[in-house]
Amino acid sequence: MNFWLIQTLNGISFGMLLFLLAAGLSLIFGLMKVLNLTHGSFYLLGGYVGLTILHLSGSFVLAVLVGSLAIAAIGVIMERFFLRRLHLQELPQALLTFGFLFIFSDLATVIWGTNPQTIPKPAIFSGALQFDGFFYPSYRLFIIVLGLIIAGALWWLQDGTRLGAMLRASVDDEEIARALGINVSLLFTLVFGFGAFLAALGGVMGGPIVGVYPGADFDVMLLGFVVVIIGGLGSFKGALIGGLAVGLLDNFGKVFFPELALFTIFAPMAVILALRPAGLFGRE
Amino acid sequence: MTSQSKPLGLWPLVATVVLLAMPYVLSTYHLGLVVQMMIFALFAMSLDLLIGYTGMPSLGHTAYFGISAYTTALLALRLNLNAWLALPAGLVLAALTASLFGLLALRTRGSYFLMITLALSQVVWGIAFGWRSLTGGDDGLPDVPRPALGLHLPWSLADSTPFYYFTLLLVAVATFLLVGIVTSPFGYALRGIRESETRMLALGYNVWRYKLTAFVLAALFAGLAGSLYAYYNRFVSPDYLNVARSAEVLLMVILGGAGTLIGPAVGAVLIVFLENVISAYTERWLLALGVIYVVVSLFAPSGLIGLLRHIRSRRATP
Repeated sequence: MNFWLIQTLNGISFGMLLFLLAAGLSLIFGLMKVLNLTHGSFYLLGGYVGLTILHLSGSFVLAVLVGSLAIAAIGVIMERFFLRRLHLQELPQALLTFGFLFIFSDLATVIWGTNPQTIPKPAIFSGALQFDGFFYPSYRLFIIVLGLIIAGALWWLQDGTRLGAMLRASVDDEEIARALGINVSLLFTLVFGFGAFLAALGGVMGGPIVGVYPGADFDVMLLGFVVVIIGGLGSFKGALIGGLAVGLLDNFGKVFFPELALFTIFAPMAVILALRPAGLFGRE
Repeated sequence: MTSQSKPLGLWPLVATVVLLAMPYVLSTYHLGLVVQMMIFALFAMSLDLLIGYTGMPSLGHTAYFGISAYTTALLALRLNLNAWLALPAGLVLAALTASLFGLLALRTRGSYFLMITLALSQVVWGIAFGWRSLTGGDDGLPDVPRPALGLHLPWSLADSTPFYYFTLLLVAVATFLLVGIVTSPFGYALRGIRESETRMLALGYNVWRYKLTAFVLAALFAGLAGSLYAYYNRFVSPDYLNVARSAEVLLMVILGGAGTLIGPAVGAVLIVFLENVISAYTERWLLALGVIYVVVSLFAPSGLIGLLRHIRSRRATP
């Protein structure tokens, strides 16, 4: 029994990291119609910057803040000076974001080397919590709780604020939104920066359990796309449910079918694609 | 529009002579480079059938390249089949996969099509990576034999010069077929779909069937390129199915100029050349390639062909 509970919690905590990644990916796709192939780099760079800050300052909180804000700044610069010039041109956009993926990936190996690294857990979450009969690492529980808090905040942002209303209007019809006086181009910058922020946050938070290593950018980018395809585009609910689904599939797949680890994620994705092309919570 | 009827003059003759003379001029190493250029030119032209002619931006085209490569390599390694069987078998499997994936992907367009094709190609990558007993997993399949033809010829395709002519022949035949396709009524219907699907529907074309046919045809030619590459490399690995390869062939198409066949071929030659030159001088090839991606996307989104046309049209209007 404990086995199932522990594996489920492992899957959910990894799913929360994927949610952080996919929420931005989905929002960027929904609003800007951009397939952001650099999104995994934001995650990886977030992890590396966080690691460096942690080594310098010794503070996990500072590592999280600086890591995610620094990458948010990179996202804003990328949108303002590069992506902006290729509005609605999907092929040049794909080339541009893929180019940045290579550039960041290579620069990261120059700066941080090629050895896999782990971010040490913050001291308060370094232990395990005891439930009747079994122990579970408190850091993973912390990730789950934090993920739920962020999901709630995003929900409120989208449905309960003026900014969210402008965002939804622009996702539905960019031109009408512009005509109504919504500053869509500012929204683009904000959303891209915010997406980078969430991905980098996932990178720092995931550092203690997944590690930071060359190639993580590709790995999480692909998982992020699967989450978006399963959950559907442009909805945080889809990103959350999709993230948890992929997190669980990934975890149980590795436990039960180690030979076919990735296939346990991709096969359900193909089925959902066949039955519901817009994803579970996407709009047609 | 492209100037289709413009006479080509002596260029085809010059190209034929140059290509035939290569083995007499180049070292084995450089001849291998030309073989790679021809293979990737074919791969890029096959993708252009989707991107440039039909308006379907695929980011998973390497799935068919890789499937055919693995099939040919496995049949040659495990069952000792000659090229007459192993090569067509690869193409058939690539086409079958494409017709299945096409059913899923063709319901979407634009950026969503990019993402779906990317994800579907990852399914194939996952199989190649995970199914160790068949594919060797991460280690790949070493010692793939050079193609056997089962004929009593005075030379062997294991040698570089006969293999060069073997590749040249197949790539040339494939190129003629591609030219035939894009200049046929079918090819013009694809261009029509690229410009306006609704108009083609209104004209009574079964757009979906045309798109699926183009998708499968493109997979066939990509498959041929993949199997040739497996024979050339004598090694197949999940690397054949990597996203990076799909992106690279996309770069070749855009760099040269989508919507022409010569453009992507030139793009492929350039990228293979640059890869060899730059990686000989620096370890930072990935960084350089990334910069090439960014520069092409910002400054030459319609490719070298587009730049050339731009210069010409400027000259034409004084």
